[in-house]
This record gives sequence, C-alpha cells and structure tokens, in this order.
Amino acid sequence: MDFVMPDFRLAAPELFVAGMSLVILMVTSFATTRARSAAFWLCELALLGALLLTLFSGDVQRSLTFSGMYMSDLFGSFLKILVCLSVAVVLQYGRAYMADRKIDSPEYYMMVLFAALGMMVLISASHFVSMYMGLELMSLSLYGLVAIDRDNPRSTEAGMKYFVLGALASGLLLYGMSMLYGATGTLEIHEIAQRIYERSANDLVVVFGLVFVLVGIAFKLGVVPFHMWVPDVYHGAPTAVTLLVASAPKLAAFAMAFRVLVLGLFDLAEHWQSMLMLLAMASIILGNLAAVAQTNIKRMLAFSGISHMGFMLLGLLSGVVKGEGGTYAVNAYSSAMFYAVAYVMMTLAAFGMVILLSRAGFDAENVDDFKGLNQRSPWFASMMLIVMFSMAGIPFFVGFFAKLSVLQAVIAAGNISNQPHYYWLAVVAVMMSVVGAFYYLRVVKVMYFDDATDQSPIVATLGMRTLLSANALSIAVVGLLPNWLMQICAFTLLH
Amino acid sequence: MTGVPYLSLAIWVPIVGGLLALTAGSDRNAPVARLIALVTALAGFFVTLPLYAGFDTTTASMQFVERAPWVTRFSIEYYLGVDGISMPFILLNSFITIIVVIAGWEVIDRKVAQYNSGFLIMSGLLNGIFSSLDGILFYVFFEASLIPLYLIIGIWGGPNRVYAAIKFFLYTLLGSLLMLVAILWLFMEAGGSFDILAWHNLKIGMTAQSLIFFAFLASFAVKVPMWPVHTWLPDAHVEAPTGGSVVLAAIALKLGAYGFLRFSLPIVPDAAHQYAPLILSLSLIAVVYIGFVALVQADMKKLVAYSSISHMGFVTLGFFMFNAVAIEGALVQMISHGFVSSAMFLCIGVLYDRVHSRQIADYGGVVNTMPKFAAFFLLFAMANAGLPATSGFVGEFMVVLGAVKFNFWVAFIAATTLILGAAYTLWMYKRVVFGEVANEHVKALADINRREFFFLAVLAACVLVMGVYPQPVTEVMHASVNGLLQHVAVSKL
Repeated sequence: MDFVMPDFRLAAPELFVAGMSLVILMVTSFATTRARSAAFWLCELALLGALLLTLFSGDVQRSLTFSGMYMSDLFGSFLKILVCLSVAVVLQYGRAYMADRKIDSPEYYMMVLFAALGMMVLISASHFVSMYMGLELMSLSLYGLVAIDRDNPRSTEAGMKYFVLGALASGLLLYGMSMLYGATGTLEIHEIAQRIYERSANDLVVVFGLVFVLVGIAFKLGVVPFHMWVPDVYHGAPTAVTLLVASAPKLAAFAMAFRVLVLGLFDLAEHWQSMLMLLAMASIILGNLAAVAQTNIKRMLAFSGISHMGFMLLGLLSGVVKGEGGTYAVNAYSSAMFYAVAYVMMTLAAFGMVILLSRAGFDAENVDDFKGLNQRSPWFASMMLIVMFSMAGIPFFVGFFAKLSVLQAVIAAGNISNQPHYYWLAVVAVMMSVVGAFYYLRVVKVMYFDDATDQSPIVATLGMRTLLSANALSIAVVGLLPNWLMQICAFTLLH
Repeated sequence: MTGVPYLSLAIWVPIVGGLLALTAGSDRNAPVARLIALVTALAGFFVTLPLYAGFDTTTASMQFVERAPWVTRFSIEYYLGVDGISMPFILLNSFITIIVVIAGWEVIDRKVAQYNSGFLIMSGLLNGIFSSLDGILFYVFFEASLIPLYLIIGIWGGPNRVYAAIKFFLYTLLGSLLMLVAILWLFMEAGGSFDILAWHNLKIGMTAQSLIFFAFLASFAVKVPMWPVHTWLPDAHVEAPTGGSVVLAAIALKLGAYGFLRFSLPIVPDAAHQYAPLILSLSLIAVVYIGFVALVQADMKKLVAYSSISHMGFVTLGFFMFNAVAIEGALVQMISHGFVSSAMFLCIGVLYDRVHSRQIADYGGVVNTMPKFAAFFLLFAMANAGLPATSGFVGEFMVVLGAVKFNFWVAFIAATTLILGAAYTLWMYKRVVFGEVANEHVKALADINRREFFFLAVLAACVLVMGVYPQPVTEVMHASVNGLLQHVAVSKL
C-alpha cells in the first residue's frame, strides 16, 4: 500500500484545536498565577481560530482524506462552526460560575477543548474508527467534566453514572460496528453503503449491527429508553458543565446519526425508521410527562431535552418513504437539523439563565429560584420568557418553526406514503406539546405571577449579560426570520 | 399592492408602540408609559380608518392586499388582505384598544408599562389574525396572541388568576395545535401552498373533509367558546383585570367565529353541511342552557361571561344555517357583542374599583349614590338583553329571522334567548342598582369621574348608533357574505 500524504488543509480546524490544547497545557503548567485567565482566553482563541479555519479551509465539494477516515463537506463545516460557537458561549457563561466554586482549574479548560475536538472529529468522521475516536474523546472529556467538582458527592456520582452507562453504550456501538464490518468487510461509511446496496439489504447480520449502532446513537442523544443518565447527569454536574453536556454534543450526535444512518445504512431505512419511530414516540411522551413532575429546573430541562430529541428524530425518520428519498428526504433531514440547531440555541440560553441566577455559594436549581424574576430584573425575565415560549413551540420564536418544519416533514411522509400512522405520530406529538407547554408556562408563572422571595440583585459581568441577551434575542430574531437558517440547513445537506 | 400598507401599519404600529412603552421601565415612569400607550392606541386606530374609507363594498375579493415571501423554504408568505367579513373587526379591535388604555389609566398602578405594552402588542397580533391570508401567518398570530393575554390575566388578575391563566392557555393551545396539523395537511394537499384562498378551491374527499372540519372545530370551538368546551371562559373572565376581560370578550372570542367563516365553511363545505346539525344543537344548548346558568350566578363578571357564551352561541347558530340574513346577523351580533360586553365589563370594573367585590350580594341601591353610572349601566344592560334600538337587538333579530327561514323550531328555541337574556341581565341590574342602599360601601360610592364618563359615553353612542342605523356595518359585509355563500353552496367532493 502506497503512503499517500493526507490533505492537512482539510483537517486544519481539528489540528488547530489539538495544537492549541497542547499549548494551553504547557502555558498552564508554567504560568500558575494567571493561568486561569490565560487558559480561558486561549480556549476562546482556539475556538475562534477553528471557526475561521472551518469557514475558509473547507471545500464546497465533499472530499475525503486521511485514507478515507476524514470527510470535509459543507454539512460538517456548518455543524463544526456551530459547535465552536456554542462551546465558546458555554465557556463565557460558565466562567464566573466555575471561578466562584473554585473548580475552574486548568484541566477544566483542557477538557472542554478536548471535548470540542472530539465533537469536531465525530462530525467529520467518515469511517467507523475515526468516528469512534471522536466519540470517545468527547465522551471521556465529558465524564471528567461532570465529576470535576470532586468534593461534591452528587457531582462524582453523576460522573460515575455517566461513565458506566456511557461505556456500556460505547461497547454496544462497537459491537454493532464490528457486525457491520463482518457483514460488509469495510469500516468506511460510503463503502458500507455501497456493499449493502450491492447485496440484499435484508441480511440478518447487518440488521443486527444496525440495532446495536442505533442503541449507541440513541444513548448519546439521550432518547428513551436510553435516557436514564440524562436527568442525573444534568442535575449532578456543575451547571456550567450541564450547559456543555446539553448543548454542543447534541449537534455532534446528530451528525453521527446522519452519517451512519442516512449515508451509511440508507438501504436499511425501512428498519431504522420504524425503530426511530418507537424511540421518538417514547421520548416525546415520557420526556414531557416526566418533566411535569420536576421541581428542579435542571432536571426539568433534562426531561424537556429528551422530548426535544424525540422531536428531532421525527424529522430524521420521515425522510424515506416507499424506498424513495429525493427532495422530501432533504426536506425531512434539514428539518431535523434545523431542530437540533434551534434546540442548542434554546438550551444555551436556558441554562445560561440558570447560571445567571446562581452566585458564589448559591446554586439556582429549583424552578422556585425564578420566583418574582420580573421584579428583580424585568429584562432577564423577558429573556427567559422568550426561551420558555420558544421551547414550548409558541410563535414568533424559533422553537415554533423547528416544530413546524419537523411536523411538516412527518405529514409529508404520511401524505406521500398514504400511511395514516404518520398522522397519528404528528397528533401524538402535538398533544404532548400541550403537556410540554404546561411546565414551560409554570416557569413563566413563577417569574411573572409570584412575588420574589430572594431579593438579592443579579450579579453578572457585562460580557455574560450581553451574550445571554444576544442569545435569547437571537431566538426571537430567527423566529421572525427563520428562512435563512432553514435554507442553510437544506443547502449544506444537499452538497 | 398600491399605496400605503395600511394593514401592516395596523399590525405593527401597536406592536412597536408596545415595545416602546416597555422602555418606560419601572412604575416611576408610569405617566410616560401611559402617554406612549395612548398615543400608540390612537395612532393604531387612525391607520385603520382608511380601511373603511377606502373599502370597495361591491366586491367579495380581498382588498388592501400585501404579499411578500417570508419563509421561502416552505413557501410561507407574508400575505395580508381583508374582505367585508374581517375588516370591521380590525376597526373594532383598534377602537377597543383605545378604550382599554383609557380604562386602565389610573386603575392600574402596578407594572404600568408592562400592562399597556401587553395590550398594545396583543392588539397588533389580533389585527394580524384578522388580516392574514396565509395559513401559517394566521396560525402564528393566533398562537402568539395567547402570550400577552396569559400574562395579563396572570399578573393583574384576581386571586385565582394563576389557575385561570394556565387553563386558558392550555385549552386554547390544545385546540390550535390540532388545527396546525390540519393546516400542514392542507399544505401538502395544495401542492405546497399555505395560501388560504387557494385552499378554498381545493377538492377534498369526504373523510378528509370530516377530519379537517373537526380539527378546525377543536381550535375554534374552544376559542368561541362553544358548549361543552366553554369552561375556561368564566374562569378567565372572572380573574382577568377589567381591560383583559374587555379584550377577551370583545375581540378574542370573535377569533373562533371568524375562523369558521375563513376556514371551516369555505374549505370543507360538505363537511360543514353534514355536521351543521351538530353545531346547531351545540349552539342551541349554549343559548338556552348557558342562559339558565347565567341566571343563577352570584358573581357579576361570571354572569356576563356566561351571557357572552350564550350570545356567541347565537353567532355560531347564525353561521351554520347557511343563509345570508343569518350570517350577516351573526356578524352584526359579533360586533355588537364587542361593544356591549366590553361596556358591561367596564361597568362592573367601575364598581369593582370602588368596592373590590364582584358579588351581586355586596351591592344594592347603587342608583342612590351613582345616578349617572346607573343610567349608563341600564342602557348596556338593555342592549345585552337585546332591546330594540340598541345594537344587541339588530343581530339577534336577524339571526332569528334567518332561523325562521331555516326551521321553525330552531327559531323558536333560539328566540328564548330574548327572554332569558332579559331575565338574567335585568335581574342582576335590579339587585345591584335598585332598592335601598345596601351597606356602608355602597353608601360611600362616588359617581363616575370624567374619564369613566368618557369611555362609557363613547360606547353608549356606538351601541345606540348601531342599534338605530346598522346600515354602514351591514353594507360592507353584503358582497363578502354573498360570495362566501355561493362558495359554500358548491360541493368540493
């Protein structure tokens, strides 16, 4: 086998982040006094640099390098830009929070950056090995981050739980990958698609492999019945880490689901669509019902996140009908992608608000901590109002258009295939949205209708205030003008 | 589209003004917020006047049309236009907004900026609902209008406001989400278009028509509200502040009825004909049964709330008899109810501001201390009961007239509302206003001040003018109602 020099230019963003994390490692080990501030800014610089590199280095054409392990395309570039952006936002939101709790050690910044690198590799992977590598890099960093507040038993317990269940899921994923390898003789996603296309798709081993791979993906997305870790991890981790776990990895997991299922196992769509249907239904129903019972806002957002992921799957599962893809498939997948992007925007703002209300020695955790926010700060109350109504899917906010496009995809699938169960899927989904609206409304209720019990003023840096406001306002702005973002999602999928 | 985009102005002037009023911030700047609100409300009303002045009464087609792409990905358009059915409601809404701002002038002293802003934004959204010709645009305004009303009820409402606000929100959301599914289905059927007017010409099979009819019914019936999904309304009304009740009764209830005319009847006419007996029965139950329920209420606001349900039963009754007199009568009834019920709620608000009780039993002999108020209250009570020469009579009479053409027994049952309405309204009036001065509170009452006199007088003028000379209102409806009826008469199977 000839050695072919890989095209480093295509992988420049990942290489840059990897290099920068080593720089940070060096800087923080020598410069101890100002290490934290330096680490923070270097991290932001690394993410900004990666963002710019992604913007300017990638090809419009899909191209492979590193012997087919690494893929550069618009879809990946767009998601990587979003990952960089959201991790940068996470760092900014969490900065004062971590410092107040004295857990902003250099390792925190290191691991956040490694997690970001993992996500980027995962997004760019076109090969099971690189995919697994990215996934593990991301997951291991996240396990560590969840347990970073190591004197706090809840944090360590959450880390442990996450690790054990995550390792199990990784194992299942590997098992599935090995089955697919056994059946097709390759680990490269495009090759797998080609081999499955050539032989009959009903091969039992392939379907078995699919099931295990799907379990791994479902675990990372946190959908029912592989959701058990979600509420505990969200609840136990320091809020700044919860913010990270809840946001950018969902984009990476979406990319992985798309690459494996749509690009790799397209011919098995009939199988995985019906599996996803069950997962989506269970997530939407259980997520929404369980969220109603929560008094802890982090747990509530965890369950709401489960239901949102269910909604996203609705888009993913309505792409192929009667064995045909075509424009409807692009439509459906771009709606799922739009949903994932919208969800990340909303989650960042929601947990950002939770962090905003926390201060040294006090963690805002309960829905009741939002009591009377309208008296304490009308501005941030209205920001949270936007986020909550957006999550509930009320116009004019981005959450509405996310739900709309997903439902449209489901109904389109029902209309084309003439199968009424798609309609029932849509009806159940909207019914559960009403249940969902209840707990979002409750947050609005405590903010606006109740009197404040905690009168302390809201302390936050100017950067935090501006960024959080911009984040929440962007939800309203994209809600008013959603077209461009939808077009980008569709465009990147087409190429 | 030519000239000034009046419809856009009618929508966005109040919304921008509402956001502007928010900047007044804390209650220290309350006068500023009130002033901004009043100026905006007046401006919002003036931009709607050209809609009436420039309205062409000879055509049933849409006027003042504005059309621009909004979300091209799903070919959602920013598509506005009005016909004779929707135009009067835009004027009514903008007019009521002024009244609401004035009515809350001194009464609301807490979070003034947010209060006024809420009403202004809602006013803009409601105008949006009446002028949207794109399915999603309609839905967006329809849903978004829940947010301000939810906050208004929840923040400034009575003791049980939280329960009422959440109940109101979830009830209406449940209905409208089913409508969303139907809208998406129509989008697919129409080959990727959310154009409501294009849906009017769509051929749809009977099963699909029935399903769509019920999906829309779920949304509109809750909004109207029809028996038996009316239970949110008394709660919301009782707990809402006066302004909230006024907007709820005058405008929000009309949305459901308007929806029937814009969606249900023209899009699925066969299903509408098929299920007309069902709607008629529900309407008659609302008219008669809810009338009796109103009779036994001890709370004035609840009584007027039930009377609203009963009156709205009349409206849906008029729609589903498919004749021009009845539909026009129902539309007149809607506008008249907009004036009368707002006036009734404002009257109760006047009493409540002084005594802080809505219980009929806490009053008695109010006429002795508030003679001017008693006179106004009497006029509105009479209008609510449907006395000739008030606006309340015109609509009811036309609907009953249409009903006689349709079926004698329907007309007979419907006509009992004239008796029931008189019974519950006048009995309440008697207990509150006449008799000896009942207690210390009533003794200490001061008659209405100039501000209150002003808004009651304006509404009284509206009620009387519409009662004596309804021509200007019915005239603009003729062409559109006839156009609608011709459309509904053609089967789409």
